[in-house]
Amino acid sequence: MKILVCISHVPDTTSKINFTDGDTKFDTNGVQFVINPNDEFGLTRAMWFKEKQGASVDVVNVGGAETEPTLRKALAIGADSAIRVNTPATDGYAVAKQLAKVVNDGGYDLVIAGRESIDYNGAMVPGMLAGMIGANFVANCISLEVDGTNAKAVREIDGGKETVSTTLPLVIGGQKGLVEESDLRIPNMRGIMMARKKPLTVVEPTDANAETKALSFEKPAPKGTVKLVDADNIDELVNLLHNEAKVI
Amino acid sequence: MSILVYTESENGKLKKAALEVVSYAKAIADQMGTSVTAVAVNADNAETLGNYGASKVLLVKDDSLKAFNAKKYAAIIENAAKNEGAKVVVVSSSANSKYLAPLLAVGLDAGYVANVVEAPSSVSPFTVKHSAFTNKAFANTEITTDVKIVGLSNNSFGLVDSGGSASVEGFSPSIPDSGVTVESVDKATDKVSIADAEIVVSGGRGLKGPENWGMIEELAEVLGAATACSKPVSDLGWRPHGEHVGQTGKPVASNLYIAIGISGAIQHLAGINASKVKVVINTDPEAPFFKAADYGVVGDAFEVVPKLIEKLKAFKAANA
Repeated sequence: MKILVCISHVPDTTSKINFTDGDTKFDTNGVQFVINPNDEFGLTRAMWFKEKQGASVDVVNVGGAETEPTLRKALAIGADSAIRVNTPATDGYAVAKQLAKVVNDGGYDLVIAGRESIDYNGAMVPGMLAGMIGANFVANCISLEVDGTNAKAVREIDGGKETVSTTLPLVIGGQKGLVEESDLRIPNMRGIMMARKKPLTVVEPTDANAETKALSFEKPAPKGTVKLVDADNIDELVNLLHNEAKVI
Repeated sequence: MSILVYTESENGKLKKAALEVVSYAKAIADQMGTSVTAVAVNADNAETLGNYGASKVLLVKDDSLKAFNAKKYAAIIENAAKNEGAKVVVVSSSANSKYLAPLLAVGLDAGYVANVVEAPSSVSPFTVKHSAFTNKAFANTEITTDVKIVGLSNNSFGLVDSGGSASVEGFSPSIPDSGVTVESVDKATDKVSIADAEIVVSGGRGLKGPENWGMIEELAEVLGAATACSKPVSDLGWRPHGEHVGQTGKPVASNLYIAIGISGAIQHLAGINASKVKVVINTDPEAPFFKAADYGVVGDAFEVVPKLIEKLKAFKAANA
């Protein structure tokens, strides 16, 4: 089985978010970038397929040279090779279009992407990619088994979960649950050394116009201070929630 | 050239989010000087959508569509959008709508923006505000394609009862084979889901163990709320993954979020930022959650929560 894992290069979950150039650009100053957490679950599941069932695992990112350390980390975790499509990730549609070209050129059976990236949260790239290449698609995937060309997946739905059967070629939007968090791989020294020798191919982009354009960013209005209620006066809390906040 | 809106139902009943997306679509239609057509699948009360601004409902009745299927549902909406010449398609931010919207976007060659929180600031160019960086910021984004898809964040616009009426027409588009078959659905039917909930009651490690969740559930029941938890709680297996709220869990956009025994890690706060009113109950007055909350009680959850349940029951009895 040939697996492609899509890797987003995102600010660490603890990053403070700021903007620059008149609030039109994300301020990367002092920000640590990591593999998108949802993609990390997918990458670890791909490693499981490689080790237990036999599979090759490539990783791909659409972005500039600054994303290469993130791809090298994925190689250190155990991916066989990496592909970087040399163009900025402008919007979900343009990214999906670039990925579709990589999938079609590489003949992948299974594409594992994260449910969403933690920066733009659109949750659209995996579905758009599946639509573009005519593959089956399972969103919010929390379990995946593959037997030959058949796949069984569990996906999270609002208020529960759903088990589905499908066939390869398949794209999933994976998330926490795909593997346990305690099973997530951390690159070890041997992996880091080996990653230096593994191929990281830079490919030039195909034509893909973005369909959306972020014009500006803003941060939520600053919060007022918390109104503290005495633990012995819970009537006051009920009163505030009813009369002031009007939420009960 | 109407605005098309996909309205979700469950067991034949339209969801609250369906009424909200129609209310929102009506606001866009008014801005653009056009009308709203809704698509509903197996809904028994489709005419209700007229109250919220739909002038026409395309109703698909088909037993083979009882289980949600993203590809089939996307094909229905795509067909309706083409028939109606819709320039804007509105969907909700439920798990199912977010599943189908990207497929629909490819089918319609439409630009799609998810997690939208307000009516468009401009319809020409078409510009919407949506949350980004897991609710740590907002982006103002222009959709540049001829057809646009807007995914409205739940509870962000509210319901607007305009008292109108809608004609309900049967609609039977051809539906493609889907490559994905639903084998089983495991859903707690009597519980409010986090995505639909107006109120969410959430517990953290401060509750000391899963055996203490009875009071969280009781408080949720009194409020008609969904239950949720922090990441450590789901990691410890005290509560299912599906209840984990935060950056790698579920986002919450409720009207009221009550956090009990949760200190407020930045990843958790990001997940609940979109909630309107936040209440924190925690023994530690230095817990970061107090900086993010509107109301706070410094106290032991095991003493405060039973009191709160008692007071809310009395409040409900007095206001029944």
